[in-house]
Amino acid sequence: MILYALCFALFLVGLYGMITKRDLVKIILASGVMGYAVNLMFVLIGYRQQAAYPILEPGKPVPAMVDPLPQALVLTSIVIELGVTSLLVALAIRLFQKYKTFDITQIRRLRG
Amino acid sequence: MILPTFIIIPLLAAFLIVLFGGRHDRGAVIISGAAAASLTALAVVVFFGGRTEAAVYAMGAWKVPLGISLVLDPLSSVMLVMVSLITLTSLLFSVAYMRHLEGEAKYYALLMTLVAGMNGVILTSDIFNLFVFMEIALFAAFALVAYGGRAQEYEAAFKYAVMGSISSSLILFAIAVVYSGTSALSMSAIAAALPQKDLLLTFWAGGLFLAGFGLKAAVMPFHAWLPDAHSSAPAPISAMLSGVLIKTLGVYALIRVFFNVLGAPPLFLQAFLVLGAVSILVGNILAVGQWDFKRLLAYSSIGQVGYILLAAGLGTPLGMAGAVFHMINHAIFKSLLFYNSGALETALGTRDLRQMGNVSKLLPVTAQTSMVASLAIAGIPPFNGFFSKLLIIIAAVQAGQPFYALAAVVGSLFTIAAFMKVQRYGLRSERPAGPLQAKVSWGMNAAMVVLAVLCIVTSLMIVPGIREATLDPAVKVVMEKAQLWLTVFGK
Amino acid sequence: MDKQPGLTIIVKTVTRLIIWMIFLYGAYIIFHGHLSPGGGFGGGVILALGLLSVLLAYGRDFTLRWLNLKFLKSLEASSITLFLAAGLMGMVLGEVFLSNFLAKGTLFSLWSSGFLPILNIFIGVKVGMSLFLVVLALAEFDVEKGAEE
Repeated sequence: MILYALCFALFLVGLYGMITKRDLVKIILASGVMGYAVNLMFVLIGYRQQAAYPILEPGKPVPAMVDPLPQALVLTSIVIELGVTSLLVALAIRLFQKYKTFDITQIRRLRG
Repeated sequence: MILPTFIIIPLLAAFLIVLFGGRHDRGAVIISGAAAASLTALAVVVFFGGRTEAAVYAMGAWKVPLGISLVLDPLSSVMLVMVSLITLTSLLFSVAYMRHLEGEAKYYALLMTLVAGMNGVILTSDIFNLFVFMEIALFAAFALVAYGGRAQEYEAAFKYAVMGSISSSLILFAIAVVYSGTSALSMSAIAAALPQKDLLLTFWAGGLFLAGFGLKAAVMPFHAWLPDAHSSAPAPISAMLSGVLIKTLGVYALIRVFFNVLGAPPLFLQAFLVLGAVSILVGNILAVGQWDFKRLLAYSSIGQVGYILLAAGLGTPLGMAGAVFHMINHAIFKSLLFYNSGALETALGTRDLRQMGNVSKLLPVTAQTSMVASLAIAGIPPFNGFFSKLLIIIAAVQAGQPFYALAAVVGSLFTIAAFMKVQRYGLRSERPAGPLQAKVSWGMNAAMVVLAVLCIVTSLMIVPGIREATLDPAVKVVMEKAQLWLTVFGK
Repeated sequence: MDKQPGLTIIVKTVTRLIIWMIFLYGAYIIFHGHLSPGGGFGGGVILALGLLSVLLAYGRDFTLRWLNLKFLKSLEASSITLFLAAGLMGMVLGEVFLSNFLAKGTLFSLWSSGFLPILNIFIGVKVGMSLFLVVLALAEFDVEKGAEE
């Protein structure tokens, strides 16, 4: 139970970073932390007590295994977050080129 | 048999454009035009095919609940027709508009990826698959918002990407909560297992889903990305985003998850009502104060999505019919308004209403169709906006929520004010317009005329005979709530 | 001190020796995707990291001269199209899209479980190429050009 609470606390740390930080690069890092928290939550959900890793091996009897489905979901989620992070980094580089700063309080030409 | 083709055709078009596109956009235009035309034909054939029961397609030959199934029920077919029609007109418009910017093949590949993602969201019956297709569509949307290359577009795209990734993480967290409780990912299995579990699970999952999908649909507390993103994107992309993306990824996913999976708990319907009413009022009030044409349209989109959410939150069949009808209507007239702004921007070089003049002689098609669209969105009979707003207001009164009906009426008054402002200052003012900077090509005019005709034609959907054939099956699908999966999968 | 692009000579020599082992390791992870953890995505990332270590150690200009970028881009685009084609073959030969139409083989051998190794190869190539090309595009970016509105 304490593990789930800590995982949720990590998610909140990432969310706090994304909302309050002023530097573009810190926002991107905070989005990474939030992604890690969600992936960790998935893997924690799949855990079963006294169970082995979910890989069959030749010659050995089939043991009780942890749930492999959340691990497949985590793989997909990592790929998606990789794409989002690379897009955010490309946008950050372009923004630096146009506005000459990484500070989001300076990047405010759209108002109203 | 034809269900995966809705996803395969645009995806294949996107891959072929990347493979063979090169620098010129002629091959890209041909491939994507063929894809969009075939999608529209398929969607119309499926919609009018007359089947009111659902079709199921098991991907990879794995049956539910082990595998992912694509499900086509009447609500999905309505959305498919909407998406493919707006895509076709957007392609017609883009050919000339993007050549004015810098026509490259990547734009068409991204547009096809967007369509593939949206079709996947509409057709799937597995929650994680919904998330994956939603992310595919969102990548394409982020890249398309930043396509023009000016400073404001990057800023808007960054804001959109940051808020999009927050909402995606929230949705993923909700999927984790649901999976831990019911250990199933397919919507039918979740709907069957959820009533036996703790009510706290539904509450947590519903709250996280509401935050996540609500951010995608730009309901009121989470709307901050929409004015920047929709006003900075190129005009055909703004039409796609505002016309179909926020409705497919946001409102359709909300309706599907909350009605068919979570079983429409009354707490969340009350939340829909409140958020919808707030969106209506604030969106339309803020729209009146804008001088930038596209920003006004973006704020008006927030208001109209509030109408759809209010109608969905009523929980009655009449309210749901109003919601589905308003989804279709808003897609048509809001896309038309964005095409008008694109044509005006091409011809006059500005988006500011104070600098436009009287264009009814110079750009007759643009002026007439913008009048049609403004009357439709303001809710003047005989255009389609009047009928859908009337349905929503009557449904609110009948469901015993007169306060929300009053909010809908007040919002409608503000909408009329905003669009009278557009017509008065922008298109029919006394000053003569400036010199034409570029011609508005036949593709743009054709797209606008098609949508304007549809504005009038879809108001026929309220006629009782046609309504039974088109709207009522979609409403019945949503009203069946969690029992839908029993009829679909026959278990 | 060094006006030469890239890192020091020690890094360059070590990189030149081990990137072939990195590629071999990535290919191993891809091919054994149905037997051990990893598969297409993990192996693809390792391939991309091999190419990226060349980019880091030798600098941008050398990498652009050493690699044929057009070939890499067409490899990326064609591998994902071939993945879709494999799914369509499943639709034509089997019953539904992406159904497993090759022979299943014996358990635990390398050529088993139908077309999963082939799909792993397509995905591995695609992921490797696209990850490398994304970072190369970010590295090719020149901050001074295009700074006007």
